[in-house]
Amino acid sequence: MTGSDGTGGTPSAGGTAGGSDIRPVATVDPHLEPSVRHQHRMEMIVAGSFAAAFVGTVGLAVVYWYGGQDQWEGAFLGLVMAGLGVGLTAWGKYLLPQGPFVQERETLSSPSAERVAYSASFERGVGEMRRRSFLGKLLGAVLGAFGVVALFPFIRSLGPQPKLALFTTSWRKGSRVVQADGTPVHYNDLEVGGYMTVFPSHDANSAISQTLLVRPSSSPFTTKPGRETWTPKGYVAYSKVCTHAGCPVSLYEEQTQQLLCPCHQSLFNILDGAMPVFGPAPRPLAQLPLYIDKKGYLRAQAGYDEPIGPGFWERGA
Amino acid sequence: MITQKIDERVNWLDDRLGVQKWARKSLNKIFPDHWSFMIGEIALYSFAILILTGIFLTFFYSPSTAQVIYHGPYKPLDGQKMSAAYESSVALSFTVRAGLLMRQMHHWAADVFIGAIVVHMCRIFFTGAFRRPRELNWMIGVMMLFLSIANGFLGYSLPDDLVSGTGIRIAFSIVLSIPVVGSYLAFFLFDGNYPGTQIIPRFFILHVLLLPAAIAALIGAHLAIMWHQKHTQFRGNGATERNVVGSVLWPTYAFKTLGFFFLTTAVLALLAGFFQINPIWQYGPYVPYHVSYAVQPDWYMGWLDGALRIMPAWEITAFHHMVPNVFFPAVLFPGLTFMLFYFWPFIEDHFTKESVTDHNLLDLPRDNPVRTAIGWGVLTFYFLLFAASATDVIANTFSISLNLVLWSFRFMVVIVPPIAGWIAYRVAKEMQTWQDAGSRKRATIIVRSADGAYLTEEAEPRPGDRAHLLPPAEVPEESLAPAVAAHVGGAGPETVSPGQVGVTGAALGGAGRPASGGGVKRAKRDHRPSGLGGMLDSLRPRRPRD
Repeated sequence: MTGSDGTGGTPSAGGTAGGSDIRPVATVDPHLEPSVRHQHRMEMIVAGSFAAAFVGTVGLAVVYWYGGQDQWEGAFLGLVMAGLGVGLTAWGKYLLPQGPFVQERETLSSPSAERVAYSASFERGVGEMRRRSFLGKLLGAVLGAFGVVALFPFIRSLGPQPKLALFTTSWRKGSRVVQADGTPVHYNDLEVGGYMTVFPSHDANSAISQTLLVRPSSSPFTTKPGRETWTPKGYVAYSKVCTHAGCPVSLYEEQTQQLLCPCHQSLFNILDGAMPVFGPAPRPLAQLPLYIDKKGYLRAQAGYDEPIGPGFWERGA
Repeated sequence: MITQKIDERVNWLDDRLGVQKWARKSLNKIFPDHWSFMIGEIALYSFAILILTGIFLTFFYSPSTAQVIYHGPYKPLDGQKMSAAYESSVALSFTVRAGLLMRQMHHWAADVFIGAIVVHMCRIFFTGAFRRPRELNWMIGVMMLFLSIANGFLGYSLPDDLVSGTGIRIAFSIVLSIPVVGSYLAFFLFDGNYPGTQIIPRFFILHVLLLPAAIAALIGAHLAIMWHQKHTQFRGNGATERNVVGSVLWPTYAFKTLGFFFLTTAVLALLAGFFQINPIWQYGPYVPYHVSYAVQPDWYMGWLDGALRIMPAWEITAFHHMVPNVFFPAVLFPGLTFMLFYFWPFIEDHFTKESVTDHNLLDLPRDNPVRTAIGWGVLTFYFLLFAASATDVIANTFSISLNLVLWSFRFMVVIVPPIAGWIAYRVAKEMQTWQDAGSRKRATIIVRSADGAYLTEEAEPRPGDRAHLLPPAEVPEESLAPAVAAHVGGAGPETVSPGQVGVTGAALGGAGRPASGGGVKRAKRDHRPSGLGGMLDSLRPRRPRD
């Protein structure tokens, strides 16, 4: 064991220095003493902890052997770890030298001579770059350009451009209204006060085209001026994608004729074109114009007349 | 002799790498003792458990959205259509031996990990430990907090259950809301419009490789910088700006911290065994048009969810473009939050100009009432946002209108934090006037003497406190050379064991530097019979004596 000055080769000092003549307990440095008086008792506690950890190990093996069971595994793993943890912590805290010891901090900053020397060394390269600044700039330009190009596969290859995808759904003029399993919806299918999730027949289960079909009334009603024909036989359909953060607006409160989005508690008034009446949603849900075909099945007069769901930069108003 | 063999191997390594100089200094490193310094260790050890349990999970989890029909042991899901990711997560819970334990331990460890980071950060903040020279480590810490929250979100999204799937849908909307590039970013990330089929495999590789590697690298830098700069310490017991007072790494601190690793693991194992977390089989597989009610994200996402909920229904539309509502609470607000945290050391220094010198002595929160007040105000603000993520649960539990709960939170987040900060300021000011505020008191024993007089005497200090009553001794390594001289000069033959002779020979012949570890081991053969006593003895020659 040598000092940090590197006086290597000195024989290592193992045992007590001059241990033969300085033996009395009174000379023992209290910094090197364990912090408990009754060391033997603490040794027993540590030993007991380790023994408990061993018992836990055996228990874990047995539980595992017989197919495993979550609570027992947790209990035995916890026992193993707690036994080891208590034992080692007690050993370290109560049986080992408690100090306190003190150590000087070294100055973090380099001496000023070192800094000057560093600047001089670094200047070697900087000077070169300054002398041949044209080459340096060219190198920088090439690396920069390549850096941009090298990013392409990590960005552009990942997915398609949005183009108009966010502006449309798969609802088209005449799309048949179906349930998730593809069953077409007849106007007799819903009682007044009933609701279901529907899709265009060619895109059942679509996350984007999901639509909430509600029948708040038995006779046609109007949600907004200009939408007089959109709600045949009291059926009304709104995009199920919340205009706030895109969650499915799934809860229908018949008494208040409101739709609730369970994610962030936005409320929409069904009778008023799904205007948000509460919560963070900034816009009404898009309404799907419905009609009933000759056989009595519900169909869309057209697709949604506005982008559905949460806002995005290109959306405009 | 085992000792001799170890010494030879260490010497072999030393000849090639020169490790012993560094290793000896490290063994003698001083660690200040304070319970609050353990919080960062909880984070570190939780991360280790996350890696270990996470490796186990990757053997069974299948990051695929391919649709399968479930026919496993969990009957309520029998015959349901689901993604392979969800099926493998359910299989992990029910058919893989110890799978549920590992899954729950992983999830609990993540929650504890981020919790420990946050509490650790509070400790650093309120004691001013981020000041010069530790600004860099503070910034690294903030980066780790950000990456950990992100990775936590990615992780709980992987099972593709109904709850986490809804979270991914919200994430899509949040990315979508970024001005100018949002729709492109969202489409590139999800490989097209929501939901696509790529998001689970992409989240998977981010979650198990990229972010953990980044966090691990930052942890390495964090610890290396801490090691190099040495710990901060509280005032008292001889602590100054120029020294470190505490326990020595080897063996005292090493034993304690290894024990603490096991204790952290024990808590995580017991949580995993007895406290159910994220029971995905109850939520069911993700279906884009299903959603469940009263669903909250993991705790560390709560402040964002709360911000989303209480944000007024504003949206900016102008010039045929839109800045959507969620941009403000879910992009701008967390962005500003992390910027504020990241640059806090410099913001504070702008006002206090404290960075002219190093600050190795910590403030107590009461020493700097303004900082404490700001910290409490900020904590209160984020806690209120966290609570706001449960508006629906609060309204249901207390049968009050959701409207009232929402508006209360909208007002509270503005009004309450300044009040909390002001109270913290007053308390800090008040505590400055208390004598020995916060220090541990010793009991007083009242003794009745034979003639009936009552005398008081101080009780024995508690075992852990005794060290604080001693003036700190010099670091063992500095007394090394004199101790060696004393040994060479005056040691009796009984202190030179065969192993020691061997080492001495090896040291002189080859390494030029004997092993310090050997000294510890050899001491066992000294006059003290017990192995523990021997360990104590090993330190004895190093202290200054003559």
